[in-house]
Amino acid sequence: MKVNSMFNSFTTINPGFYTTIQDEGRWGYQAYGMPVAGAMDRYAYRVANLLAGNQANAATIEMTMLGAAFKFDENQLVAIGGADMQAKLDGESVSNWSSFLAPKGSELRFGYAVSGCRAYLALRGGIQVPSVLGSRSTYTRAKVGGLQGRALQQGDSLDIGRDFGREVRPRVLAAAFIPRYAQQIGIRVLPGPQDDMFTTEATATFFRSEYTISDEADRMGYRLEGPKISHVGKADIVSDALPLGAIQIPAHGMPIIMMADRQTTGGYAKIGTVIGPDLTKLAQAKPGDKIRFQKITEPEAVEALRQERESYLRILSSWEETPESAPGGCKRTLKVAVQGVEYNVEIEEISD
Amino acid sequence: MNGIKLLQAGEQGLVVEFGNIIDEVVNIKVHRLAKQLAQDSGSAILEVVPTYRSLLVYFDPLECSRRELGELITRLALAGEAAGGASSGRDAANIVHIPVCYGGEFGPDLDFVATHNNLTVDQVIAIHTSTPYLVYMLGFTPGFPYLGGMSEQIAAPRLEKPRVKIAAGSVGIAGSQTGLYPVESPGGWRIIGRTPIEAFNPEHPNPFLFAAGDYLQFKAVSRDEFGAIRREVAAGAYRPEITSLQRG
Repeated sequence: MKVNSMFNSFTTINPGFYTTIQDEGRWGYQAYGMPVAGAMDRYAYRVANLLAGNQANAATIEMTMLGAAFKFDENQLVAIGGADMQAKLDGESVSNWSSFLAPKGSELRFGYAVSGCRAYLALRGGIQVPSVLGSRSTYTRAKVGGLQGRALQQGDSLDIGRDFGREVRPRVLAAAFIPRYAQQIGIRVLPGPQDDMFTTEATATFFRSEYTISDEADRMGYRLEGPKISHVGKADIVSDALPLGAIQIPAHGMPIIMMADRQTTGGYAKIGTVIGPDLTKLAQAKPGDKIRFQKITEPEAVEALRQERESYLRILSSWEETPESAPGGCKRTLKVAVQGVEYNVEIEEISD
Repeated sequence: MNGIKLLQAGEQGLVVEFGNIIDEVVNIKVHRLAKQLAQDSGSAILEVVPTYRSLLVYFDPLECSRRELGELITRLALAGEAAGGASSGRDAANIVHIPVCYGGEFGPDLDFVATHNNLTVDQVIAIHTSTPYLVYMLGFTPGFPYLGGMSEQIAAPRLEKPRVKIAAGSVGIAGSQTGLYPVESPGGWRIIGRTPIEAFNPEHPNPFLFAAGDYLQFKAVSRDEFGAIRREVAAGAYRPEITSLQRG
């Protein structure tokens, strides 16, 4: 037990299958061969942080397939989103895509993902592991970021930042913003950068066929199985950079989609790139799920990005009509600590 | 202008391709454009990733359209060509000096490389340290340099069965390439020596010892010197030797 700690903290009771600390990712160092990492599903990650009232880029917990269990050492506002892992707070079900108060001493347990693949746990204030090269994201292959560069283990205790901003009330995400995770997904693709290295028939096959996510699917990339894609000549290129969502086709003709932990460079021809807004669907897909690729144009892809960004603003504004800020009731609750004792202070603006 | 190609790499990625060969002149153009974009561009460019023969530019298409970015890049590339003519152009590059203790437990494959090329161990070391190598790009693991310019005289095939663990700092040869492992990793290169200095240390204020576009000059040191430098590195007192190379 910690006394007079600067931080709240929580403890990992059960680490689940593969649980790591992730934020927006370690951008800016790919020129040095440093993979970006970061949340696989940026939509679920960002929405969980919005639900928790966090700053952009706050570090969260990413769980995979089988969730973890945590115990809270202090009262803590938490938010969950992404895959539905049947979360229970002290045995009582809590809604996915919502934030709620986890009381001091309570246990939050996640189970198996009944829909989707990756769940996010955001904590008001964000997880306070050291920032390495501008990010707290865990990249396990080089043991960088997160907690000692590794996945969480039983007994790991983590600090949570204190946010002295406006008190955040528990929030619920409106149904319109909750994605449905399907086992057959359509993924939009922009051709390039090496689409000219494939035969016309192969390109047609790629955009017409159904591909299955193989068992080799992790944070680094997804290997797919399906009809073979043939190259005009060789499959190998002089290595160049691997953008997020790049679809590499090695000589065997089976696509590999490069995800968050991808290496920065690669030597196979790339037929196309999954658009950023559709990576959320891939991040929530599991081995055995089916993919169909849809070719789109550059303006369509930019429009999809604009819509994704707008959805975050719409989510934020959907909470503005709550009583705490509704007209006539400019009431705020502040947490004030006086000589180590915390008080909730309600402030109301009274206009005449 | 011998034609750059602008290629699509997702809605936030644009690839500027200068060629599709491993070539010093092509690579220097890549690094020059990377430097110019870092200086001349606004906030719309998020990150650039130089490789052997192209530059990936991550940008925000809601801040700057692909067409505008393409025009800026074409203008900069043209200006670069004009300044440098058809050759590589004139500019300065860093040479980072890398002390290496060759052979013994640090370089288990040094004897193989010598025997394979009908050379003595000393001749292999002399050839390996005879010239600076251009860092074409970094990749594979954080800080791993893809180097060019090693003599074919000391070329050696990869191991048939890669090693599961290669110590950080190991210097190796694969085909006619040479390089060093900044972090412990699996690998199939023939290991000829080890450097006591850290090519990558995320805790350090300058986490990467060298960047793409720099040159590495290997220098043979004794086992004792290796130990002395290692202690300096551990104490945070080691300063790598960096000199300047005038290109053009």
